[in-house]
Amino acid sequence: MVELTLPKNSRVGTGKTHTKPDGAKNLKTFNVYRWSPDDDKNPAIDTYYVDLDTCGPMILDGLIKIKNEIDPTLTFRRSCREGICGSCAMNINGTNTLACTTGMDEFNGDINIYPLPHQPVVKDLVPDLTNFYAQYASIQPWLQAETPSPSKERLQSKEDREKLDGLYECILCACCSTSCPSYWWNSDRFLGPAILLQAYRWIIDSRDEHTGERLDNLEDPFRLYRCHTIMNCANTCPKGLNPAKAIAEIKKMMVERR
Amino acid sequence: MGMRAPLKNVRGLGSAKEGTTHWWHQKVTAVAMIPLFVIGLAYVICLVGADYATVYNTLSRPFASLVLLLMIAATFYHLKLGLQVVIEDYIHTESTKFILLLLNSFVCAVVGLAAALAVLKLALGG
Repeated sequence: MVELTLPKNSRVGTGKTHTKPDGAKNLKTFNVYRWSPDDDKNPAIDTYYVDLDTCGPMILDGLIKIKNEIDPTLTFRRSCREGICGSCAMNINGTNTLACTTGMDEFNGDINIYPLPHQPVVKDLVPDLTNFYAQYASIQPWLQAETPSPSKERLQSKEDREKLDGLYECILCACCSTSCPSYWWNSDRFLGPAILLQAYRWIIDSRDEHTGERLDNLEDPFRLYRCHTIMNCANTCPKGLNPAKAIAEIKKMMVERR
Repeated sequence: MGMRAPLKNVRGLGSAKEGTTHWWHQKVTAVAMIPLFVIGLAYVICLVGADYATVYNTLSRPFASLVLLLMIAATFYHLKLGLQVVIEDYIHTESTKFILLLLNSFVCAVVGLAAALAVLKLALGG
Protein backbone atom coordinates (compact mmCIF):
# COMPACT_ATOMS: atom_id res chain seq x y z
CA MET A 1 0.00 0.00 0.00
CA VAL A 2 1.16 3.50 -0.71
CA GLU A 3 2.52 5.20 2.41
CA LEU A 4 1.16 8.70 2.79
CA THR A 5 2.84 9.39 6.13
CA LEU A 6 6.40 8.76 7.19
CA PRO A 7 7.05 5.77 9.46
CA LYS A 8 7.80 6.71 13.07
CA ASN A 9 11.56 6.37 12.78
CA SER A 10 11.64 8.60 9.70
CA ARG A 11 9.76 11.61 11.10
CA VAL A 12 11.93 14.65 10.71
CA GLY A 13 12.66 16.63 13.89
CA THR A 14 14.43 19.87 14.66
CA GLY A 15 18.19 19.52 14.84
CA LYS A 16 21.07 21.71 15.83
CA THR A 17 21.23 25.41 15.04
CA HIS A 18 24.84 26.40 14.47
CA THR A 19 26.13 29.79 15.61
CA LYS A 20 26.29 32.68 13.20
CA PRO A 21 29.80 33.61 12.01
CA ASP A 22 31.24 36.69 13.81
CA GLY A 23 30.95 40.01 12.04
CA ALA A 24 29.22 38.63 8.97
CA LYS A 25 26.69 41.03 7.45
CA ASN A 26 25.39 39.08 4.46
CA LEU A 27 24.01 35.83 5.88
CA LYS A 28 22.08 33.05 4.17
CA THR A 29 20.24 30.44 6.23
CA PHE A 30 20.61 26.81 5.19
CA ASN A 31 18.20 24.24 6.67
CA VAL A 32 19.66 20.85 5.85
CA TYR A 33 18.28 17.33 6.34
CA ARG A 34 20.56 15.24 8.54
CA TRP A 35 20.41 11.52 9.19
CA SER A 36 23.10 9.08 10.14
CA PRO A 37 22.95 5.26 10.16
CA ASP A 38 25.44 5.27 13.06
CA ASP A 39 22.94 6.21 15.78
CA ASP A 40 19.28 5.44 16.41
CA LYS A 41 18.14 9.03 16.10
CA ASN A 42 15.39 10.23 13.76
CA PRO A 43 16.31 12.52 10.89
CA ALA A 44 16.54 16.21 11.82
CA ILE A 45 16.92 19.59 10.17
CA ASP A 46 20.14 21.40 11.10
CA THR A 47 20.38 25.14 10.56
CA TYR A 48 23.56 26.78 9.29
CA TYR A 49 24.36 30.43 8.58
CA VAL A 50 26.63 31.05 5.63
CA ASP A 51 28.48 34.34 5.10
CA LEU A 52 27.76 35.13 1.45
CA ASP A 53 30.56 37.71 1.31
CA THR A 54 33.14 34.93 1.63
CA CYS A 55 31.31 32.25 -0.32
CA GLY A 56 30.89 31.27 -3.96
CA PRO A 57 27.52 31.94 -5.65
CA MET A 58 26.11 28.43 -5.99
CA ILE A 59 24.22 26.25 -3.49
CA LEU A 60 27.05 23.73 -3.71
CA ASP A 61 29.54 26.46 -2.72
CA GLY A 62 27.43 27.03 0.39
CA LEU A 63 27.38 23.33 1.26
CA ILE A 64 31.13 23.01 0.76
CA LYS A 65 31.70 26.08 2.93
CA ILE A 66 29.51 24.54 5.66
CA LYS A 67 31.46 21.27 5.48
CA ASN A 68 34.84 23.02 5.46
CA GLU A 69 34.23 25.68 8.07
CA ILE A 70 31.20 24.85 10.21
CA ASP A 71 30.37 21.13 10.33
CA PRO A 72 32.68 18.50 8.75
CA THR A 73 30.15 15.74 9.48
CA LEU A 74 27.73 17.05 6.82
CA THR A 75 27.65 14.40 4.08
CA PHE A 76 26.80 14.96 0.41
CA ARG A 77 28.06 13.85 -3.00
CA ARG A 78 29.76 16.28 -5.34
CA SER A 79 32.40 16.12 -7.98
CA CYS A 80 32.53 18.20 -11.15
CA ARG A 81 30.83 21.40 -9.85
CA GLU A 82 29.64 22.19 -13.39
CA GLY A 83 26.50 20.12 -13.97
CA ILE A 84 28.04 17.26 -15.88
CA CYS A 85 28.53 14.49 -13.31
CA GLY A 86 25.12 14.57 -11.62
CA SER A 87 26.54 13.78 -8.19
CA CYS A 88 25.10 16.73 -6.28
CA ALA A 89 21.46 16.08 -7.22
CA MET A 90 19.29 16.95 -4.22
CA ASN A 91 15.98 18.55 -3.32
CA ILE A 92 16.49 22.31 -2.96
CA ASN A 93 13.49 24.36 -1.81
CA GLY A 94 11.11 21.69 -3.04
CA THR A 95 12.63 20.99 -6.44
CA ASN A 96 15.06 18.25 -7.40
CA THR A 97 18.06 19.88 -9.02
CA LEU A 98 21.84 20.07 -9.06
CA ALA A 99 23.35 22.07 -6.20
CA CYS A 100 26.26 23.12 -8.43
CA THR A 101 24.18 24.79 -11.15
CA THR A 102 21.62 26.38 -8.83
CA GLY A 103 22.48 29.87 -7.68
CA MET A 104 21.78 31.06 -4.14
CA ASP A 105 20.33 34.25 -5.63
CA GLU A 106 17.50 32.17 -7.12
CA PHE A 107 15.87 32.10 -3.67
CA ASN A 108 14.83 34.99 -1.49
CA GLY A 109 14.48 33.38 1.92
CA ASP A 110 16.00 30.32 3.58
CA ILE A 111 17.43 27.46 1.58
CA ASN A 112 15.93 24.10 2.54
CA ILE A 113 17.86 21.07 1.39
CA TYR A 114 16.74 17.44 1.46
CA PRO A 115 18.06 14.32 -0.27
CA LEU A 116 16.33 13.16 -3.47
CA PRO A 117 12.81 12.04 -2.46
CA HIS A 118 11.67 8.47 -1.94
CA GLN A 119 15.03 6.74 -2.09
CA PRO A 120 16.72 5.01 0.84
CA VAL A 121 19.16 7.41 2.50
CA VAL A 122 22.77 6.33 3.01
CA LYS A 123 23.59 9.41 5.09
CA ASP A 124 22.40 13.05 5.15
CA LEU A 125 22.02 14.11 1.50
CA VAL A 126 23.31 10.87 -0.04
CA PRO A 127 20.56 8.64 -1.50
CA ASP A 128 21.02 4.95 -2.26
CA LEU A 129 20.59 4.73 -6.05
CA THR A 130 21.35 1.00 -6.37
CA ASN A 131 17.93 0.20 -7.89
CA PHE A 132 18.19 3.16 -10.28
CA TYR A 133 21.57 1.99 -11.59
CA ALA A 134 20.36 -1.62 -11.90
CA GLN A 135 17.42 -0.34 -13.95
CA TYR A 136 19.87 1.50 -16.18
CA ALA A 137 21.85 -1.72 -16.66
CA SER A 138 18.62 -3.56 -17.53
CA ILE A 139 18.07 -1.53 -20.70
CA GLN A 140 21.55 -2.49 -21.97
CA PRO A 141 22.77 1.05 -22.66
CA TRP A 142 25.27 0.29 -25.38
CA LEU A 143 25.18 0.00 -29.14
CA GLN A 144 23.97 -3.41 -30.32
CA ALA A 145 24.21 -4.40 -33.97
CA GLU A 146 24.33 -7.60 -36.04
CA THR A 147 26.19 -5.95 -38.90
CA PRO A 148 29.91 -6.60 -38.31
CA SER A 149 31.91 -3.56 -37.31
CA PRO A 150 33.26 -1.68 -40.31
CA SER A 151 37.02 -1.20 -40.46
CA LYS A 152 36.57 2.37 -39.28
CA GLU A 153 33.56 3.75 -37.37
CA ARG A 154 29.81 3.11 -37.90
CA LEU A 155 28.60 6.08 -39.90
CA GLN A 156 25.57 8.19 -39.02
CA SER A 157 23.95 10.90 -41.11
CA LYS A 158 23.76 14.41 -39.75
CA GLU A 159 19.96 14.13 -39.56
CA ASP A 160 20.12 10.87 -37.62
CA ARG A 161 22.67 12.34 -35.24
CA GLU A 162 20.32 15.24 -34.56
CA LYS A 163 17.73 12.78 -33.27
CA LEU A 164 19.99 12.20 -30.27
CA ASP A 165 19.94 15.87 -29.30
CA GLY A 166 17.91 16.35 -26.15
CA LEU A 167 18.74 12.78 -25.13
CA TYR A 168 22.52 12.41 -25.06
CA GLU A 169 22.79 15.33 -22.61
CA CYS A 170 21.18 13.26 -19.83
CA ILE A 171 23.69 12.82 -17.01
CA LEU A 172 21.63 10.29 -15.00
CA CYS A 173 21.43 12.52 -11.94
CA ALA A 174 18.06 10.90 -11.04
CA CYS A 175 16.33 14.25 -10.42
CA CYS A 176 13.50 13.33 -12.80
CA SER A 177 12.89 9.77 -11.66
CA THR A 178 12.82 10.75 -7.99
CA SER A 179 10.37 13.59 -8.74
CA CYS A 180 7.91 11.20 -10.39
CA PRO A 181 5.00 10.07 -8.17
CA SER A 182 4.56 6.97 -10.29
CA TYR A 183 8.22 6.13 -9.62
CA TRP A 184 7.71 6.78 -5.89
CA TRP A 185 4.93 4.18 -5.72
CA ASN A 186 6.24 1.62 -8.18
CA SER A 187 10.01 1.99 -8.60
CA ASP A 188 10.38 -1.76 -8.13
CA ARG A 189 8.80 -2.33 -11.55
CA PHE A 190 8.42 1.05 -13.32
CA LEU A 191 11.69 2.08 -14.96
CA GLY A 192 11.11 5.81 -14.44
CA PRO A 193 11.74 8.79 -16.72
CA ALA A 194 15.54 8.83 -16.67
CA ILE A 195 15.94 5.18 -17.66
CA LEU A 196 13.16 5.40 -20.28
CA LEU A 197 14.80 8.47 -21.83
CA GLN A 198 18.07 6.53 -21.96
CA ALA A 199 16.26 3.54 -23.49
CA TYR A 200 14.80 5.83 -26.16
CA ARG A 201 18.27 7.23 -26.82
CA TRP A 202 19.29 3.72 -28.04
CA ILE A 203 15.94 2.95 -29.70
CA ILE A 204 16.27 5.86 -32.11
CA ASP A 205 20.02 5.55 -32.65
CA SER A 206 20.34 4.86 -36.38
CA ARG A 207 23.32 2.56 -35.78
CA ASP A 208 21.59 0.33 -33.23
CA GLU A 209 19.90 -2.75 -34.74
CA HIS A 210 18.19 -4.10 -31.62
CA THR A 211 15.28 -1.65 -31.76
CA GLY A 212 12.66 -4.39 -31.72
CA GLU A 213 14.24 -6.25 -28.81
CA ARG A 214 14.53 -2.99 -26.89
CA LEU A 215 10.83 -2.26 -27.44
CA ASP A 216 9.98 -5.86 -26.46
CA ASN A 217 11.86 -5.36 -23.22
CA LEU A 218 9.89 -2.20 -22.42
CA GLU A 219 6.43 -3.36 -23.50
CA ASP A 220 5.04 -3.99 -20.05
CA PRO A 221 2.20 -2.50 -17.98
CA PHE A 222 4.73 -1.47 -15.35
CA ARG A 223 8.12 -0.92 -16.99
CA LEU A 224 6.74 1.63 -19.49
CA TYR A 225 3.03 2.16 -18.96
CA ARG A 226 3.21 3.36 -15.34
CA CYS A 227 4.07 6.73 -16.91
CA HIS A 228 0.86 8.76 -16.64
CA THR A 229 2.30 11.90 -18.25
CA ILE A 230 2.52 13.76 -14.94
CA MET A 231 5.40 15.82 -16.43
CA ASN A 232 7.29 16.40 -13.16
CA CYS A 233 10.30 14.93 -14.98
CA ALA A 234 10.34 17.64 -17.64
CA ASN A 235 9.68 20.30 -15.01
CA THR A 236 12.56 19.36 -12.78
CA CYS A 237 15.31 18.29 -15.22
CA PRO A 238 18.34 20.47 -14.43
CA LYS A 239 19.58 19.97 -17.99
CA GLY A 240 16.29 21.18 -19.51
CA LEU A 241 15.50 17.83 -21.14
CA ASN A 242 12.04 16.34 -21.66
CA PRO A 243 11.89 12.68 -20.57
CA ALA A 244 8.07 12.72 -20.86
CA LYS A 245 8.40 13.38 -24.59
CA ALA A 246 10.86 10.51 -25.00
CA ILE A 247 8.42 8.21 -23.20
CA ALA A 248 5.56 9.42 -25.44
CA GLU A 249 7.70 8.60 -28.49
CA ILE A 250 8.27 5.08 -27.17
CA LYS A 251 4.52 4.65 -26.65
CA LYS A 252 3.91 5.83 -30.22
CA MET A 253 6.40 3.26 -31.53
CA MET A 254 4.60 0.54 -29.55
CA VAL A 255 1.39 1.37 -31.42
CA GLU A 256 3.17 1.84 -34.73
CA ARG A 257 4.72 -1.64 -34.72
CA ARG A 258 1.46 -3.50 -34.05
CA MET B 1 16.86 -9.78 -0.89
CA GLY B 2 20.25 -9.06 0.63
CA MET B 3 22.15 -11.67 -1.33
CA ARG B 4 20.49 -11.04 -4.67
CA ALA B 5 22.07 -8.81 -7.27
CA PRO B 6 19.97 -5.66 -7.82
CA LEU B 7 19.65 -6.54 -11.51
CA LYS B 8 17.87 -9.79 -10.56
CA ASN B 9 15.12 -7.75 -8.87
CA VAL B 10 14.86 -5.25 -11.72
CA ARG B 11 14.61 -7.92 -14.43
CA GLY B 12 12.05 -9.75 -12.29
CA LEU B 13 9.78 -12.04 -14.28
CA GLY B 14 10.63 -10.24 -17.51
CA SER B 15 8.55 -8.01 -19.73
CA ALA B 16 4.85 -8.91 -20.00
CA LYS B 17 4.94 -7.93 -23.70
CA GLU B 18 1.59 -6.21 -23.31
CA GLY B 19 0.09 -2.96 -22.10
CA THR B 20 -0.08 -1.27 -25.48
CA THR B 21 -3.64 -2.44 -26.18
CA HIS B 22 -4.73 -1.28 -22.73
CA TRP B 23 -3.10 2.13 -23.20
CA TRP B 24 -4.44 2.56 -26.75
CA HIS B 25 -7.99 1.57 -25.84
CA GLN B 26 -7.95 4.06 -22.98
CA LYS B 27 -6.97 6.86 -25.40
CA VAL B 28 -9.49 5.79 -28.07
CA THR B 29 -12.40 5.59 -25.60
CA ALA B 30 -11.38 8.97 -24.17
CA VAL B 31 -11.59 10.58 -27.61
CA ALA B 32 -14.85 8.77 -28.40
CA MET B 33 -16.44 10.03 -25.20
CA ILE B 34 -16.04 13.71 -26.18
CA PRO B 35 -18.74 13.82 -28.91
CA LEU B 36 -20.79 11.06 -27.27
CA PHE B 37 -21.02 12.98 -24.01
CA VAL B 38 -21.83 16.26 -25.72
CA ILE B 39 -24.80 14.70 -27.49
CA GLY B 40 -25.74 12.29 -24.70
CA LEU B 41 -25.72 14.95 -22.01
CA ALA B 42 -27.66 17.33 -24.26
CA TYR B 43 -30.43 14.70 -24.47
CA VAL B 44 -30.45 14.18 -20.72
CA ILE B 45 -30.44 17.92 -19.92
CA CYS B 46 -33.26 18.60 -22.40
CA LEU B 47 -35.33 15.89 -20.78
CA VAL B 48 -34.98 17.14 -17.21
CA GLY B 49 -38.49 17.30 -15.72
CA ALA B 50 -40.14 15.71 -18.76
CA ASP B 51 -42.78 13.02 -18.29
CA TYR B 52 -42.22 9.36 -19.16
CA ALA B 53 -43.97 9.53 -22.53
CA THR B 54 -41.72 12.36 -23.73
CA VAL B 55 -38.59 10.61 -22.50
CA TYR B 56 -39.71 7.40 -24.15
CA ASN B 57 -40.52 9.11 -27.45
CA THR B 58 -37.17 10.93 -27.54
CA LEU B 59 -34.81 8.20 -26.40
CA SER B 60 -36.41 5.35 -28.31
CA ARG B 61 -35.45 6.97 -31.60
CA PRO B 62 -32.60 4.99 -33.24
CA PHE B 63 -30.10 7.87 -33.21
CA ALA B 64 -30.63 8.67 -29.52
CA SER B 65 -30.48 5.02 -28.48
CA LEU B 66 -27.34 4.49 -30.53
CA VAL B 67 -25.57 7.50 -28.99
CA LEU B 68 -26.56 6.45 -25.47
CA LEU B 69 -25.46 2.85 -26.02
CA LEU B 70 -22.11 3.93 -27.44
CA MET B 71 -21.70 6.42 -24.60
CA ILE B 72 -22.38 3.70 -22.01
CA ALA B 73 -20.01 1.25 -23.71
CA ALA B 74 -17.17 3.76 -24.01
CA THR B 75 -17.67 5.09 -20.48
CA PHE B 76 -17.72 1.80 -18.65
CA TYR B 77 -14.88 0.31 -20.67
CA HIS B 78 -12.83 3.48 -20.03
CA LEU B 79 -13.80 3.37 -16.36
CA LYS B 80 -12.69 -0.25 -16.04
CA LEU B 81 -9.35 0.45 -17.72
CA GLY B 82 -8.69 3.59 -15.69
CA LEU B 83 -9.64 2.20 -12.30
CA GLN B 84 -7.49 -0.85 -13.00
CA VAL B 85 -4.47 1.44 -13.40
CA VAL B 86 -5.32 3.33 -10.21
CA ILE B 87 -5.59 0.07 -8.25
CA GLU B 88 -2.32 -1.24 -9.70
CA ASP B 89 -0.63 2.06 -8.87
CA TYR B 90 -1.62 2.35 -5.25
CA ILE B 91 -2.50 -1.10 -3.88
CA HIS B 92 0.56 -3.24 -3.30
CA THR B 93 -0.86 -5.99 -1.09
CA GLU B 94 -1.39 -8.85 -3.55
CA SER B 95 -4.61 -10.19 -1.97
CA THR B 96 -6.28 -6.75 -1.69
CA LYS B 97 -5.18 -5.86 -5.21
CA PHE B 98 -6.57 -9.12 -6.62
CA ILE B 99 -9.95 -8.64 -4.94
CA LEU B 100 -10.24 -4.99 -5.98
CA LEU B 101 -9.30 -5.78 -9.60
CA LEU B 102 -11.98 -8.48 -9.70
CA LEU B 103 -14.54 -6.14 -8.13
CA ASN B 104 -13.62 -3.44 -10.62
CA SER B 105 -14.24 -5.75 -13.58
CA PHE B 106 -17.49 -7.10 -12.16
CA VAL B 107 -18.97 -3.77 -11.05
CA CYS B 108 -18.14 -2.06 -14.35
CA ALA B 109 -19.64 -4.98 -16.31
CA VAL B 110 -22.80 -5.19 -14.20
CA VAL B 111 -23.52 -1.45 -14.00
CA GLY B 112 -22.59 -0.91 -17.64
CA LEU B 113 -24.81 -3.75 -18.85
CA ALA B 114 -27.66 -2.59 -16.62
CA ALA B 115 -27.44 0.89 -18.13
CA ALA B 116 -27.32 -0.58 -21.63
CA LEU B 117 -30.30 -2.78 -20.86
CA ALA B 118 -32.34 0.26 -19.79
CA VAL B 119 -31.62 1.97 -23.11
CA LEU B 120 -32.33 -1.21 -25.08
CA LYS B 121 -35.68 -1.62 -23.34
CA LEU B 122 -36.63 1.89 -24.42
CA ALA B 123 -35.28 1.41 -27.94
CA LEU B 124 -36.96 -1.95 -28.52
CA GLY B 125 -40.25 -0.85 -26.99
CA GLY B 126 -40.35 -0.89 -23.16
